[in-house]
Amino acid sequence: MLTDLPAWAVAAVIALGGLSVAAGIAVFVVDSMARATFALLTSFLAVAGILVALQLPYLAFVTALMMTIEMALMAVFMIMFMMNPAGLMPMTMVHNARGSAVLGAGAFVLLTVGIWTMDWPTRNGAVPADSTRQLGEAIMGSHMLVMLVIGVALFATIIAGTVLATARGRYDRFGAELDAARPDDPVPGGLPR
Amino acid sequence: MSEMEIPVGTSAAAWGTWSAVLTVTAVGLLLGFLVAATDRAVLTGSGARAAVGTLQSGTRLLLEQRRTTLAPDSLLWRLGCAAVPVLALLSLAVVPIGGRTLLSSSADLVWFNAMEAVLWAAVWLVGWGPNAVHALTGGYRFLIQGLSYELPLMFALITVGVGAQSLRTTNVVAAQADLWFVVTMPVAFVVFLASAAAFAFWGPFASPAGADIAGGVTSELSGVDRLLVDAGRAVFLGAAAAMATALFLGGDAGPWLPGPLWQLVKTVGVVVLLVVVGHRVPVIRPDRFVEIGWMVLIPATLLQALLVSVLVLSGFYG
Repeated sequence: MLTDLPAWAVAAVIALGGLSVAAGIAVFVVDSMARATFALLTSFLAVAGILVALQLPYLAFVTALMMTIEMALMAVFMIMFMMNPAGLMPMTMVHNARGSAVLGAGAFVLLTVGIWTMDWPTRNGAVPADSTRQLGEAIMGSHMLVMLVIGVALFATIIAGTVLATARGRYDRFGAELDAARPDDPVPGGLPR
Repeated sequence: MSEMEIPVGTSAAAWGTWSAVLTVTAVGLLLGFLVAATDRAVLTGSGARAAVGTLQSGTRLLLEQRRTTLAPDSLLWRLGCAAVPVLALLSLAVVPIGGRTLLSSSADLVWFNAMEAVLWAAVWLVGWGPNAVHALTGGYRFLIQGLSYELPLMFALITVGVGAQSLRTTNVVAAQADLWFVVTMPVAFVVFLASAAAFAFWGPFASPAGADIAGGVTSELSGVDRLLVDAGRAVFLGAAAAMATALFLGGDAGPWLPGPLWQLVKTVGVVVLLVVVGHRVPVIRPDRFVEIGWMVLIPATLLQALLVSVLVLSGFYG
């Protein structure tokens, strides 16, 4: 017995895994930025479906939620920073085709061989009745330190990225002496200040 | 044992899968019709004739021939249009109808949130598909608006989950047996309803479909495509009203009348409140709303979550 999942779950994992890989390949086949983005999203949503089949509803729904928002924003930025702002010209996601094909195929073979030949440990204990609660207790308990460190690191990365990306600093906003009462912003904010 | 093996208590287990799916679909369409008719009645002042008018324009869209644009991305366009009503109905799957939800897992609130998040992709695709500048501008406006309302909406949902000690909708309703959540979570309630208007890009948040960009995401829609998108928006708003009833107004709890009737009365009340208030607020510019979302709504919803957390720790909710 390979797994203690019910038959329908195994079938769903296989089908969704196939869809995920196919959609991933489609990213590099289609010739439009929008189609590449949404092929990638299809791949992620298939992974979310696999998590549902593995009875991890919270992780599945959060994956769908985060990945969709991420892909939507990626569509905005990728199309914004491309040569053709509307992203309507044919494009390709493939650069250095031969090298990346070798790398990709090599990584795929390595991972697949590793997964199928590894002597996986057997499960200790039973499937929790409520995987969401167990996850929450792990994050807020035994794994709190690592989650907090990751959270702060991510937040610092976001701030640093924004600081590096923006061309305007506080001297542009508040003047050379930093004494302007109101910041001089190209887009006025929604609050009266 | 399995969440997905239709646990006892879902409407699918109680009424059979197909009849439960049909019930949710019918309720969704009725909610959408209620929203559209109320919207028309408030907008035109035509009273009961608005219901007939809504049916008439829906039928006309169904029969109308579709027009298209030069070099559209038909696949993504059709996908986006079809996804809007489907996601609206899927979000209704975790809303209790007659005390039972179609799907029930330990993360119902996240499911509702995820359906609304996938709508981001759908609406952007509706804007992208026709290869037209106004539609694409509308799609981008929706995403910008989304960046402003998404986090406050998440915090509002988290507040409900904290108060109920569960992310399962039926548990949330049960947790309000003594006191409706709206009493201790007024900020979350208001933010949830405002976000509902924002993800249906309706009322004060209608700028993705604004008149200043010739209808935005909806500008190139015709025939059945327009019907799908407009009906999907209405169903989403109706589903959010039903969800607000379950999350904040005690669901089907109430004296004298049977439960489902109470739920209906409350949902209709929320819809009327949304539509009447929504039409009295001017359209908010998405670029202005960013600062309001991040400087006002996020701190307000965080404080709301803090208040509820302290109440939970003090044993207020029992």
